[in-house]
Amino acid sequence: MSKRIVIDPVTRIEGHAKISIYLDDQGEVYDARFHVTEFRGFEKFCEGRPFWEMPGITARVCGICPVSHLLASAKTGDQLLAVKIPPAAEKLRRLMNLGQIIQSHALSSFHLTSPDLLLGWESDPGKRNVFGLMDVDPGMVRSGIRLRQFGQQIIEQLGGRKIHPTWAVPGGVRSNLSTQKREEILSRLPEVKATVLSVLEQFKRLLEDFQEEAGVFGNFPSLFMGLITANGSWEHYSGLLRFVDSEGNIIADKLRASDYSDFIGEAVQSDSYLKSPYYKPFGYPKENQRNPPNSELDSELNNDGLYRVGPLARLNICDRIGTPLAEQELANFRQHGTVNSSFFYHYARLIEILTCVERIETMLDDLDLQSQHLRARADVNQLEAIGVSEAPRGTLFHHYQIDETGLLTQVNLIIATGQNNLAMNRAVAQIARHYIHGPNIPEPLLNRVEAGIRAFDPCLSCSTHAAGQMPLHIQLFNAEGLVIDQRYR
Amino acid sequence: MNRIKLATVGLGGCSGCHMSFLYLDEWLIELAQRVELVYSPLADIKVYPKGVDVALVEGAIANQDHLDMIHQVRKRTKVLISFGDCAVTGNVTALRNPLFQLSNTEIEGKTEDHGQSVLARAYLETATHPQLPKSDLVPPLLTQVLPVHKVVDVDLYLPGCPPDANRIRAVLEPLVEGKRPELLSAGNIRFG
Ligand code: SF4
Repeated sequence: MSKRIVIDPVTRIEGHAKISIYLDDQGEVYDARFHVTEFRGFEKFCEGRPFWEMPGITARVCGICPVSHLLASAKTGDQLLAVKIPPAAEKLRRLMNLGQIIQSHALSSFHLTSPDLLLGWESDPGKRNVFGLMDVDPGMVRSGIRLRQFGQQIIEQLGGRKIHPTWAVPGGVRSNLSTQKREEILSRLPEVKATVLSVLEQFKRLLEDFQEEAGVFGNFPSLFMGLITANGSWEHYSGLLRFVDSEGNIIADKLRASDYSDFIGEAVQSDSYLKSPYYKPFGYPKENQRNPPNSELDSELNNDGLYRVGPLARLNICDRIGTPLAEQELANFRQHGTVNSSFFYHYARLIEILTCVERIETMLDDLDLQSQHLRARADVNQLEAIGVSEAPRGTLFHHYQIDETGLLTQVNLIIATGQNNLAMNRAVAQIARHYIHGPNIPEPLLNRVEAGIRAFDPCLSCSTHAAGQMPLHIQLFNAEGLVIDQRYR
Repeated sequence: MNRIKLATVGLGGCSGCHMSFLYLDEWLIELAQRVELVYSPLADIKVYPKGVDVALVEGAIANQDHLDMIHQVRKRTKVLISFGDCAVTGNVTALRNPLFQLSNTEIEGKTEDHGQSVLARAYLETATHPQLPKSDLVPPLLTQVLPVHKVVDVDLYLPGCPPDANRIRAVLEPLVEGKRPELLSAGNIRFG
């Protein structure tokens, strides 16, 4: 008899998910899949509301990266007004986004992932969390907490609150950075920079102990996508889209976000509320068949439309990162070329924190941050717009259509995490096939499968915003527990 | 000192309330010495344990999994705190409720058709490889999203979207000392 194992819930990720693992008669894994179990319906219930409300409402898609939605929504609003926002407003938005990338990456690295790496797979699952880590390495936890607080402080200083600030608006932002707040940020920079640099060193030392994981935690060729500047540098707020393949060849460049439907398709899988975007010109991978066996993963070389987004992708697509210390790290990161193992999302996140800190340091000298010209005012001048930004987890698209009065008639959101859905599926299958043999599966092995998901740092609150009414599902079981009848509504 | 058993639960919300909990920042380190975190999305225990002293419940009841979970939480918890506006009022998660009401009234007599067209919109029309998610691994949605107290008794309400860290601390601090928090004091009640 074949057997199914369900990890429910997947823990130490943001949101609700399960993993199912299927064993054949010999107890070998023939597939494993990742399921997102949350559904919220933003795209549908926002219809009929004024687009002015959207930054505030869509921030509530996600408590971890509300700033990403705030910015993507405000940027879509800018286009509906057909205005160019004041330079100071753009700089302030950028500053907030850098703060958010720091806080979100710090959460992933310290609060969610570090217990795996520092306490170990075999450690007591009851203690394998950030609280447990406080007993063992309080200094580490404290510096992680303070790093995250630094990013958060920037969001609060600009937006007036830590989570869900209603600060960015169509046309600009509501307030600037006072000189006093500027000083506060400045005074914390040395500590923060020292923290990131020392964690980077520690991570590189740890890497030696995790070679096996690095080899199978979502290690396969794929495409990578993200925003870059006009001259090919790392970018997080505007710019154009680039796809590269697993060897770093540019597949498509200078794509405009407003043309996304030409190159991104959205597939639906029967066992997840999360859709699966893919690169349209290369087609939907395997048409929803089971994940390719490990032996085939290498030969799959970029012949399907699976692509990854987020820190790993951003570092793989850019020609340079653009700040001195991070540049050195990037060179080390890419010493063997394009990085295909998803385990290196962790490393990429730390490098991105570093560049964000360096960028903030440079930005703070700009007197524009204290400007009073923060907002362009206009009425509706355009009925359709697409806004984009790089969220911590990857590229985020907001697409609105409105009527003449500014009420929304159509909303589509393409979320960073969704774009990693196919890769996360392939990763859980790869890890399960590598570690699991036979029906008795010790907990640390299952935790490794979950850890493969943690590497992507999925944000599932974000990913399940889709529209519509879901079916009710009724199942009848016989005495042996087999489904004998089922109905869907 | 006996550590109280603390749980945090995430239902239909955005994780923002949990994030706000983490903004207790360095006080978390103190808290960790006074409580035992026995269940949380931040920890690896998969089954909600018995004998929990205090539970912070984020989010509204939106699907079958939430419904099963909240009953278990109620049964196994002394002090259940409705944590954040989604738990207290349904908030953003419940914004979809009118849609479902609309479909319920409109569908008299032609259930199939209407159901199909709304579904079609989400997973058929906007998708390039369309199909409807249906698997025992994804929980069916409830036709109405409910605040926690509509389903089980709630002991304390902590509104806010999210409640800020100071207010969370104002609730937890007395509880870890075995006292009942006085939530009506100035500044402790705030929505949004
Ligand atoms: S109350 Fe607000 S912050 Fe909390 S889960 Fe709901 S939307 Fe998120």
